[in-house]
Amino acid sequence: MLKDEDRIFQNLYNDFGADYESAKKRNDWNGTKELLDKGRDWIINEVKTSELRGRGGAGFPTGLKWSFAPKEVGSRPHYLVINADESEPGTCKDRDILRFEPHKLIEGCLIASYAVNAHKCYIYIRGEYFNEGQKLQIALDEAYQNNLIGKNALNSGWDLDIYIHYGAGAYICGEETALLESLEGKKGQPRLKPPFPALIGLYGCPTIINNVETIAAVPTILRRGAKWFSSLGRPKNTGTKIYCISGNVNNPCNVEEEMGIPLKELIETHAGGVVGGWDNLKAVIPGGSSMPMLPKEICDNMKMDFDACVENKTGLGTAGIVVINNDQDIIKCMARIARFYKHESCGQCTPCREGSGWMWRMLERMAAGDATPDEVDMLFDVTKQIEGHTICAFGEGSSWPVQGLIRHFKHEILERNKFDPVVKKQKNIPYLVDQHLLEKENA
Amino acid sequence: MSIKKIHKEQPDTFVFNEKNIKEANRIISNYPDGKQQSAVMALLYIAQRQNNNWIPLQAMKYIAKFLDMPYIKVYEVATFYSMYNLSPVGKYFFQVCTTTPCMLRGAYDLIKVCKKKISKNENELSENGKISWMEVECLGACVNAPMMQVNEDYYEDLNDKKLEEIIEKIYQNEVPKPGSYTGRVNAEPVNNRKTLLGNKNA
Repeated sequence: MLKDEDRIFQNLYNDFGADYESAKKRNDWNGTKELLDKGRDWIINEVKTSELRGRGGAGFPTGLKWSFAPKEVGSRPHYLVINADESEPGTCKDRDILRFEPHKLIEGCLIASYAVNAHKCYIYIRGEYFNEGQKLQIALDEAYQNNLIGKNALNSGWDLDIYIHYGAGAYICGEETALLESLEGKKGQPRLKPPFPALIGLYGCPTIINNVETIAAVPTILRRGAKWFSSLGRPKNTGTKIYCISGNVNNPCNVEEEMGIPLKELIETHAGGVVGGWDNLKAVIPGGSSMPMLPKEICDNMKMDFDACVENKTGLGTAGIVVINNDQDIIKCMARIARFYKHESCGQCTPCREGSGWMWRMLERMAAGDATPDEVDMLFDVTKQIEGHTICAFGEGSSWPVQGLIRHFKHEILERNKFDPVVKKQKNIPYLVDQHLLEKENA
Repeated sequence: MSIKKIHKEQPDTFVFNEKNIKEANRIISNYPDGKQQSAVMALLYIAQRQNNNWIPLQAMKYIAKFLDMPYIKVYEVATFYSMYNLSPVGKYFFQVCTTTPCMLRGAYDLIKVCKKKISKNENELSENGKISWMEVECLGACVNAPMMQVNEDYYEDLNDKKLEEIIEKIYQNEVPKPGSYTGRVNAEPVNNRKTLLGNKNA
């Protein structure tokens, strides 16, 4: 288990309060000016050596992303955008950062905007997190009063303004280009990439977009050194991560742990074990609903980091762990996730708009046992038609969980769906095209 | 996105009150000159708050003029995002999360209670006109499942009995307390905290 002093988010459970005075006691804003004085290149290099990867789901190396911003500010200003549109089912880590560690986030914003030459920073918070946004606003007001941000922030000569922008309940706005569209006051439909936002983003200007947890971790990494951060976990999968453990566990919770902690240890130690014991485990969704689920056999020895997840044909995503035990109907669970994606598809690309509804309807029928066995293969085919044929990664996000279900629990779907309307059973099903074959004289 | 019904009875006029005009102008100043369209989402929220938690078409027209943008673009935004109510909702608007993490912990029991105690169908007012409810997708409080949002507050760690109590309280003109209903602190594991113990005792 990770030592307590190595945890970045000391106030994860709000033992101290989120205000500036208590944040200072937790070492926030300690020597921030000195960090800025070391210069842009030093900051970006330090983040690069720490091997910090984005915590929003894709796991893109943060230092590398920052280095994509143009070195000199041309005619167009640069922007920093913080993605706090946390809507992935199973994930609720950013919420706790917004309400309990807002000063870590604001400090991170200052460092990051300095590193990418941005004078304006927008924090895009999902509309449902209104109270969390208000708490962040209080922290922002404190920061302005104490000259931590604003004109000549911390007397470093750097100006930074931070604004909050509320979303309004669209999952797709967590996708970075949809988020930019939404920030510009349009409906949130993703843009084609390239051009990437680092060159053409918000209002056509260079924009760097990072997740809340990523940015909030940066000040601590710089203070304690990239070496410290990269000593945790293993190469390319370094540092700590907030895991959200929900579903059929005895004590669902958020907990910050080292990267690469075994899944079993995480569930047994921190979440009080699976309801009904480890042997009652059916499957685990390791990284928010977009990631394929894993059956118990894999969960037994699974480690929780980016690369270990990929080896097991899934992904760490946002590390929102949803535990499903044997008391649940696994097909029904996936049908509900498919309904989520059907509801949240933005409707821009046909494969996703039509396919997400198609997958949902098929899964509902399979959960009820009304499908034919060969429809399972058809469903898999539908997922393959969506994956890779859409503008944004929503297509993958909606089809991967269904693929995960079919990969690991195909036998269960087949067991339930024995319904076979072929001719030999002589079933009278009016909507079937080959109904005429039932009549013997035609056969 | 979700299907939205525009309310049949629309008011003839809509204007922001003085306080809201100030607020709207403050929000517009958050964005660069000429990019005032960015404020449309915030302005729709303001209109929604001013008009008993729903947005009439006149408000969209008003906002379009206010921001110097086409009416259809405002309409597009208002219908795309699910948090804008285009027809009236109860004074207490229950949004019950039923996505898988909540479903695993019994969100559909809450739906049964809503059907029994509030109204048979979604988006209908209760008999006394105080509450309406709807099923929504993940609200991002999965470790506190099952949960729901009432107006702006989260009610967490619910079960059917506790939800019934909440509804009864509202019917008796009390305001139920938001937060967790098992008495847990935020997102910490109940009775099983193994981390940051030094902080807890500090």
